[in-house]
Amino acid sequence: MLAATDISFAYGRRTRHGPANRLRQGSGAQEAGHYVLQDYVLQDVSIEVEHGTIVGLLGPNGSGKTTLLRVVAGILPPLSGRVLISGQPIEQLTRRELARRVAVVPQETHSTFDFSVMDMVLMGRYPHLGPFELEGAADQEIAREALMATGTAALETRAFATLSGGEKQRVIIASALAQASEMLLLDEPTAALDLGYQFEIAALLRRLNAERGTTMIVSTHDLNLAAALCEHIVLLKGGRVLAHGPTKDTLTAENIRWLYDVDADVQFHQRAGHLTVVPIARAY
Amino acid sequence: MAGFGTLALAACLFAPLVGSTRIHLSAVFDRSMPYADNIDAQIFFVARLPRVLAALLVGSALALSGVVFQALLRNPLASPDTLGVSAGASLGAMMAITFTFSFSLLGISAVPLASFAGSLGALTIVYGLSTARRRGTSAIVLLLGGVTVQALLSAVIAFVQYLADFTQTFRNVRWLMGSLDVASYAPIGAALVPMAIAWAGFATLPRVLDLISLGSESAAARGVNVERTERVALVSASLATGAAVSLAGPVSFVGIIVPHLVRLIVGADHRLVLPASALFGGAFLIGCDLVARTIIAPLELPVGIVTAIIGGPVFLWLLFRRA
Repeated sequence: MLAATDISFAYGRRTRHGPANRLRQGSGAQEAGHYVLQDYVLQDVSIEVEHGTIVGLLGPNGSGKTTLLRVVAGILPPLSGRVLISGQPIEQLTRRELARRVAVVPQETHSTFDFSVMDMVLMGRYPHLGPFELEGAADQEIAREALMATGTAALETRAFATLSGGEKQRVIIASALAQASEMLLLDEPTAALDLGYQFEIAALLRRLNAERGTTMIVSTHDLNLAAALCEHIVLLKGGRVLAHGPTKDTLTAENIRWLYDVDADVQFHQRAGHLTVVPIARAY
Repeated sequence: MAGFGTLALAACLFAPLVGSTRIHLSAVFDRSMPYADNIDAQIFFVARLPRVLAALLVGSALALSGVVFQALLRNPLASPDTLGVSAGASLGAMMAITFTFSFSLLGISAVPLASFAGSLGALTIVYGLSTARRRGTSAIVLLLGGVTVQALLSAVIAFVQYLADFTQTFRNVRWLMGSLDVASYAPIGAALVPMAIAWAGFATLPRVLDLISLGSESAAARGVNVERTERVALVSASLATGAAVSLAGPVSFVGIIVPHLVRLIVGADHRLVLPASALFGGAFLIGCDLVARTIIAPLELPVGIVTAIIGGPVFLWLLFRRA
C-alpha cells in the first residue's frame, strides 16, 4: 500500500535533481515560512492507494497532478508531509531502491539519440544492475517479456524515434515493466494519442493490472478513461484534494462542475459497462 | 570497438614515421643498434612521438567532452566549441601565458589550471542560463547563450592580446588557431593529471548518460542520482576541455563531429559511444595533424585550420542528413 500524507510542495528551493527558481518573496500576500501561500502547488494532499488497485488522478491544468506524481515517485522532495510505501518512508530508500518499487511513465518521451526499442526497454533494468554491470540473459528475458506484455515484441529492433505515438507509449510502458516495480505511476498516458491508441493503452493497463496485480496511479484529463479504468479517483484542484473515493461515488456531475466549471451528464452506460461523462457546456 | 582501438594504435605508430626526414618502423625498433646511434629511433621518440601523443590526448578529450555535453544537455549541437567552453578555456590559458601566472595545485601547473577555471566559468554561465527556468534545460537558450558567451570571451581575448607585446601577440594568434607544436613530453605530463581526473569521472558515466539523454525526470525515476551525475559530468568535461586547450589551443570541430560519426557506426549506447569517441577522436586529430605538417612542408599549418576545413563540411553534411 502507498500512503501520501499531508503533502505540501512549492517550487523554489533546490530540488533533488536541479535548481529551481527562487520564489518571489511575499508582497502583502499571506506568508508561510519563506514561501508565499499562493505559490504552493500542493497543500496538505493525502492519498491512499491499496495494493493492486488503479487510482485515477483528475484535475484541471495546473492543479498539481504531475507534481503529486513526482513527489510520490521521490523525484521531488515535499516541503512537508511524507510518502510511505508499505509503511516505509521513501526518503529512507536510495534512488535505486525506490526505482525498484515505483516506476514512472512520463507523458511523452523524446529520444535525442537513435536508441532501438530493445535499448529503451533494457534501460528499465538500470536499478537492478551494479554500476559497471552489463545486462545479462536474465535481463534480456525480462525485457522480452515486457515487450510481449505490451504487444510490442515485433518492434524489438526498430529505432524508437521512428515509432508512432501509440507504439512509443507502449514501449515506454514496457520499459517501466522491465523495472519490475510493484507500482506504476502514469502521467496522462493517453494525452498525445488518438482515439484508437487511447483504447489500446487503456486495455493494456487493465490487463497488466488484472494479470500482474500492478498497482497504478494514473493522472488524466480523460474522464471516460478514468471511469473505465479506475476503482478509485482523487480529484485535485488548486493543489488541494477536492474529493476522493470509489469512482461511482466520486465521478458525479456535481464534482465535475466544481472541478472544471463544466456542466456534464454522467450516466451508467450499458454497452460500455461503466460510467460515461458527456460534457455539455462551460458553467460558472 | 576493436576496430577503433586498432585505428588509434596504428595512427600512433605510423604518423611519427611521416615527416621531412623519412624513417622506418623496423629501424625504430631495431634492437641491434644502441639508442644513441639510432637516428630513426631518436626522430621517432624525441621529435615526433610527443606531438602525436599530444594529438591523441587532445582529440580524445575534446571528443569525450562533446559526447558528454550532447547527452547531458539532450542537444546534438552541444560541444565544447558551441557552448563557449573552449573559448573560456582559451581565455584562461592565454591570461596565464601572457601574464605568466606561476601557481600550481596538486601537481597541475598554472596554464591547465587557468584553462580549467575558464572552461568551468563559461560552462557555468551558459548552463546556469539555460536551467534558470523551472522546466529543464532550454535548447535555444543554451545555444544562444553559448554563442553569446563565445563572442564575449573572444572580445576579452582580443583585449588581453592587445595588452601583450608584439612577439607574444604573434604566438597567441598562432596558439588560438589550435596548434600541436609540442616538442617534448613535459607539456603532455602537465596535461595528463587533469585528464586522468576527467577520465575517472567519465568512466562512471556511460549508462547514466543513456538514461539522462531521455530526460532528467525519467532518469531520476529509474534510480539515477541526476544532480550528482550532472556535477561529475560537467566538471569532468570542463577539466578535459581545459587540459586539451592548454595543450593545443582551441582546436575546433573535433568535439562535435567525432561523436556524431561514431554514433553512425556504433549506435546510441554510450557504453560504446564514449570509448569509441575517445579512440576515434585521438586518431582523427593525429590524422589532421599529419596533414597539417605535411601539406605545405616544410611549413607547418596550425592543426585547427585543418580540423575546421575538414570538420565544417562534415558537420554541414550531418545537419543535412538529419533534416
